[in-house]
Amino acid sequence: MTDDPASDLTPIERRDLRRLAAFMVPASADYGVPGADDAMIFGDIVRSLGRDAGDVRATLALLREAAGGDFADLDEAQAETAAMALLGREGPAIEALGRAVLQCYYRDDRVMRALGLEPRSPFPKGHALDPGDWSLLDAVRGRPRMWRDVDGGTA
Amino acid sequence: MAVDAHPGTARPSDAIVDVLIIGAGASGAAVAWSLADTRMKILCLEQGDWIRPTDFPSNGRDWEARRYADFDISPNRRARDTDYPVNDDNSLMKIANFNGVGGGTVLYTAHYPRMHPSDFRVRSLDGVADDWPIDYWTLEPYFAENDRMTGVAGLAGDPAYPPHQPTLPAVPLGRTGTLYARAANKLGWHWWPSDIAVATSEVDGRAKCINLGHCTPGCAQGAKASVDITYWPAALRAGVELRTRCRVREITTDDRGMASGVVYYDANGVERFQPAEMVILAANGIGTPRLLLNSASTRFPNGLANSSGLVGRNLMLHPWPIVSGYVADELDGGRAPITSLWSKQFYETDASRDFVRGYTLQFGRGTGPATEAITSAASGRLPWGRDHHRVYRGLLNHRVAIGVACEDLPEAHNRVTLDPVLKDSHGIPAPRIDYTLSDNTRRMMEHGIASAEEILTAAGAKNLSASRTVLNSPGHLLGTARMGTDPARSVVNEWGRCHDVKNLFIVDGSIWVTSGGVNPTSTIQALALYIADRIKQRLATLFD
Repeated sequence: MTDDPASDLTPIERRDLRRLAAFMVPASADYGVPGADDAMIFGDIVRSLGRDAGDVRATLALLREAAGGDFADLDEAQAETAAMALLGREGPAIEALGRAVLQCYYRDDRVMRALGLEPRSPFPKGHALDPGDWSLLDAVRGRPRMWRDVDGGTA
Repeated sequence: MAVDAHPGTARPSDAIVDVLIIGAGASGAAVAWSLADTRMKILCLEQGDWIRPTDFPSNGRDWEARRYADFDISPNRRARDTDYPVNDDNSLMKIANFNGVGGGTVLYTAHYPRMHPSDFRVRSLDGVADDWPIDYWTLEPYFAENDRMTGVAGLAGDPAYPPHQPTLPAVPLGRTGTLYARAANKLGWHWWPSDIAVATSEVDGRAKCINLGHCTPGCAQGAKASVDITYWPAALRAGVELRTRCRVREITTDDRGMASGVVYYDANGVERFQPAEMVILAANGIGTPRLLLNSASTRFPNGLANSSGLVGRNLMLHPWPIVSGYVADELDGGRAPITSLWSKQFYETDASRDFVRGYTLQFGRGTGPATEAITSAASGRLPWGRDHHRVYRGLLNHRVAIGVACEDLPEAHNRVTLDPVLKDSHGIPAPRIDYTLSDNTRRMMEHGIASAEEILTAAGAKNLSASRTVLNSPGHLLGTARMGTDPARSVVNEWGRCHDVKNLFIVDGSIWVTSGGVNPTSTIQALALYIADRIKQRLATLFD
């Protein structure tokens, strides 16, 4: 895991980020997945901010500005409006926020299982790869030479 | 190691070596291995570390996240203490590299094509840039030797590629490859299994590929042929010494204008002097000109080996648009090497097009679950909020992506200089990159994007998107100390020796005259082996 930057976030920032994460990737009974504000996932997000910590804090400052104070204290409709306005912006800071949330959400065991994926690292088990249909290459074999022969290599 | 004071300085001096190699990457490893049979005392200084198999991201659940952290391809983002910063603000293409034993091969895709014979005759055939002072057929035995040392998977008989015999079976097509093959056949276009430096069967004690995912962030299995596990073990067994965490600050010269050694910082940060009879630069197309420019002196006021003024100029980076789409069928996702098929349909110059030279289409697999989400959210494909989960399930394992490997031609204004402000952790001036795309390159890119869209459409892909302004950065760093026979128009001669300093050689991608439309590692290493052979043949008169 990356460095633990939890101390970089104030309690208010943590509260705002958690509520924002719930809007970004909400829990879904239909898909059988927790939201990004789930305690385990959110804990992973905060622990793993690493190189994105500065950008995430900058976006939270923008969110507070848009909310006119504590984002976490807004009612549901106001909060959703503020969150979606922020997330509709473009730029590296918003991308960093997305990366910080998604890189942890899409490694959670429950999310992986809901997607039909094994919750594990690639090594050491690896993956199987279909051999594919090599007869398709028959259409290319035996074609005339396409590369330019110069300097008498095959003359 | 001796610690005698170097004359005239307070810094400790090490025992003199016959050959000092700077950089333990693709070319440094190859030249070290080849020269080892001379029994000369050979030392390589590398600013980075050895990377252990257990260090690689695929060992952990955070394997995708670490591609944006300590295994990011950008030295500025990665920012390990063994990295140096690069000011690439004035370049559409950002710099990618890796600093450690293995260099860029630690973080490469292992896509391993050779340059074509026509790539060495660009002026003669197409009337642009310059011909190389050597040709493909001179290098061919070294390509073959390099393939044996590396272990290259592929398939002989490609009608669009010079004859060769890959040493290992091709990577399986998989579902994604089969989809591309059908689409190419529908269009009547060329496609073929690409040369890829992945052990598809056990080779030289290296285990076979088990499909850990994309090869770029390193291979925990050791199936990807990075030179830390191919050339370096053989070179070390043959007696070459490799010192890590040793960052060279400058190459020194004596009163005859010959290289006398280097000043470097050792693993403890102590400034030392390493004397040498001969110095070989293998620090890549950014690191090498940076070091030459940082080695300016009274005798060489514009930088070492720079009487031509070409050190740092003619930088080529391979513009590399990526065109993505999504198909209905479930594919392999990111569960295997990212690319193992190419199309050379548009590689050679065609007078009917509005550009000269050409490009390779590289057919890519999809990505892992987090990467799919991160890149799709960043591009606006994947929404936040209530619709997130529905949309995501139509993306994961449905992505197809084609990379357009464009040849950019040498232009003097594309260059590496020393940044007046930015420095590395030892206070050494960092490189600054100025790079723009030429009209020829832009036309080639547009043609390549249209071709990729055509084949993706033939594959049934929807929701197509192409990168034009945020180009993939392949980390191909070429051309900044080019080779040639005329000292006024080149930095090194036709066998890698600097025109200005006869015991200073360059073996990395800096010496390339033109860039071809292929990943460069195979050709870089073949050139390094060729130069090593020329050195060995001339030992008695090497510095004449």
